Amino acid sequence: MTDDPHQNRSEYLLQLEHVSKSYGGLRALSDVSLGIRYAEIHCLVGQNGSGKSTLIKIVSGVEHADSGELRFDNKPLHALHAADSIRRGIQVIYQDPSLFPNLTVAENVVISETLAKRAQHINWRKLHQRAKEVTEKIQLKIDLDAPVRALSFAQQQLVAICRALSNDVRLLIMDEPTTALTRREVEILLDVVRGLQSKGISILFVSHKLNEVFEIAQRFTVLRDSRWIGTYERNELTLPKLVTLMTGQEVATEPFRNPVEGKSALLEVLHLSRANEFEDISFVLREGEVLGLTGLLGSGRTELALALFGLTKPDQGEILIHGRPAQIGSAQAAIRLGLGYVPEDRLRQGLVIGQSIGANIILSTCSQLLNRFGLIDTIRRTREIQKSIKALGIKVSDPDLAIETLSGGNQQKTVIARWLATKPKVLILDSPTVGIDVGAKRSVHQLIHELALAGVGIILITDEIDEALNNCTRVLLMRNGRIIADLDSSQQDEMSVQARLEAA
Amino acid sequence: MEIRKLFQRTEFFLALIIVVIGIGFTLLNPRFATLSNLMDLIKSYSFLGILSVGVLVVLLSGGIDISFTAIAQVAEYVSVSWLVAYGGNLGTAFLIACCTGTLLGIFNGLLIHFIRIPPIITTIGTLNLYYGVLYVITQGRLIYQVPEFYRALSGATLPGNFPVLGVLWIGMVILTAWILKYTVLGRSIFALGGSQIGAIRVGFDIFKTRLFVYAFMGFISGFAAVIHTALVQSVIPNSIVGRELDVIAAVVLGGANIMGGSGSLLGTSLGVALLAMLGNGLTLIGMSSYWNNVMVGLVLLVGVTTSAIQRNLQTRRHVTSLHT
Repeated sequence: MTDDPHQNRSEYLLQLEHVSKSYGGLRALSDVSLGIRYAEIHCLVGQNGSGKSTLIKIVSGVEHADSGELRFDNKPLHALHAADSIRRGIQVIYQDPSLFPNLTVAENVVISETLAKRAQHINWRKLHQRAKEVTEKIQLKIDLDAPVRALSFAQQQLVAICRALSNDVRLLIMDEPTTALTRREVEILLDVVRGLQSKGISILFVSHKLNEVFEIAQRFTVLRDSRWIGTYERNELTLPKLVTLMTGQEVATEPFRNPVEGKSALLEVLHLSRANEFEDISFVLREGEVLGLTGLLGSGRTELALALFGLTKPDQGEILIHGRPAQIGSAQAAIRLGLGYVPEDRLRQGLVIGQSIGANIILSTCSQLLNRFGLIDTIRRTREIQKSIKALGIKVSDPDLAIETLSGGNQQKTVIARWLATKPKVLILDSPTVGIDVGAKRSVHQLIHELALAGVGIILITDEIDEALNNCTRVLLMRNGRIIADLDSSQQDEMSVQARLEAA
Repeated sequence: MEIRKLFQRTEFFLALIIVVIGIGFTLLNPRFATLSNLMDLIKSYSFLGILSVGVLVVLLSGGIDISFTAIAQVAEYVSVSWLVAYGGNLGTAFLIACCTGTLLGIFNGLLIHFIRIPPIITTIGTLNLYYGVLYVITQGRLIYQVPEFYRALSGATLPGNFPVLGVLWIGMVILTAWILKYTVLGRSIFALGGSQIGAIRVGFDIFKTRLFVYAFMGFISGFAAVIHTALVQSVIPNSIVGRELDVIAAVVLGGANIMGGSGSLLGTSLGVALLAMLGNGLTLIGMSSYWNNVMVGLVLLVGVTTSAIQRNLQTRRHVTSLHT
């Protein structure tokens, strides 16, 4: 622990002193003090519910602290509205960049500045000129006239940064900016962030991807259970120590290995191809095996999963299940054959938003819960739901609550619970730990291990090489729609795998 | 590059279709392509044309208004009744009609913003409310005698026989184009239609924007009501309600996204022009007016399908380029 935020006042751009905030009796922040120095990259870490987002909301003026003091640039910060913080030079970039997809890059970049100036009219020539200046600040080469809709997610993130920069920004808060980005895009983003720092801008970086923040931040502030645990210099910490501080528990880093030699093959894929998506894919998945599948976004890994689950039709090749050729023409057929698929975008594809947690769990097994009149047996329904919730350790006060009330990690477990109810032999998990915190991540991993020990074959699609190496016996690397390597994970390290993935 | 962009635009296709259909009708009946027929068309479609401008603005903001025909109907009845009772000139007519329309539009906007009912439901409700109240009070009485200046307005032309009603239509298009393109209010309409949450976070006052959009639709409905009286030379309480879907169809045909955020005045005007040509051309080649509905339906389906296919192709191109 390096410093006490009460000393050397002039050192800090932003200071929080004894800040507390409750929502209806529930403590969201309790007596938190911290200081962010001028031109430093400061990382805020903590699990979901630790108070990170409340802290961001207070600093950005969206919420007000119940008690405590905020100082910005050695003057008190009394932000009543977001606009007050923006005027002082505080900008937030949200996880979803909330740009206007129908407007051009130029307009998106300049729009908030236009509003801050309370302008009434638009001068398109000046607007363009200004957008050009701002994008050049971060050396972003982009077609200013393209509609934002046509950009990749990573480019949109950069446009959102430009928009923040169009105002006179002193502190840039980035809330989970890298969640939806591929490794290479993250590199670009981190370079941009370092560039901003060299221009004297302080950055408060919030991310679940700890190896990323380790690369970039000088100092870390850890929050746990709405309390300040400590602020640390980069060289005082190691990754496992940071995880321990966040969770309050020691971590087992022993990789999971389930020997599968001699076990029978559940799923065999032979020379599977689909035009423009993947080519000549062959592999075997054995009972109890966790098979990793990794590659950059667009490498064809998700497309392959969709084809295996019958959502798209392969042009060529064969799929064998238990050694017999299988025709998987639809998701229903896939379920009958004992396959399960948890999609990457769980909010849009995996859950029925607006329905209860319980309803989401039994969604794919309704037909097994019918009584002799063909109606759903409510007693068995309740029992089934309780069983799933207990088995997976989903934290829920009432299964009748809407699914949106759950945290990301618990939502993910609910989707998995649904598939487990179909008693699958093969479960395909597409990026199951994206956007969930360390603790939830660990419990999803634990669940995967338990399933594997029970004999389920699992295909784990992931962006994070360390996740693949620590959970899978074998890892398939995909690039441009082909499998370029089949690796034994016990003989690999993260760096070399990353290099192979990105080699042109 | 620029040429390829031109080919991808809905407006280009619409213009192309208009030319092709125009040539077809002219071959079947040479009267179609005469200047006098063209001027006639502009005059008689100025009413729907002006309404389409208001509908475009509402669609751009991500909303929809079904009630504008009822607003026009009420504005027409109120303004002509006033003129018959107390007298006045054309200026009085526009003033009363536009004020009535704007007030009813503001009422729509308040309901939609504060009660948070989807605008389609709200405006179906107010359509029936406005129209119903009008009928209850007037008992459906027609007004046959309208002041003389309406006839003068309808017959007035610029040199070259260009109808003044057409000038009003063009004027409304230019005014709206200026608002949409060169004012922050206009850009806030696009922003709201593109992403509501984004508009709030960036600091737009979406209440102001939304209120403006529905008030403007009301204003335009009142304005169009005066044109309608000039064209029809009487007030028939059920002559406007029922045409709302024609206008929305023209705007959608013109490339406006029904989900909000994109569309253009050029496209909208071309959409109206296409519907005008179909109606007029079919009559000129001697097909029964019942066919008009069939043709409008077909053109709309073909038009919307084409742009959907185009969009899908573009997305696919984008996805494929990820692999290369």
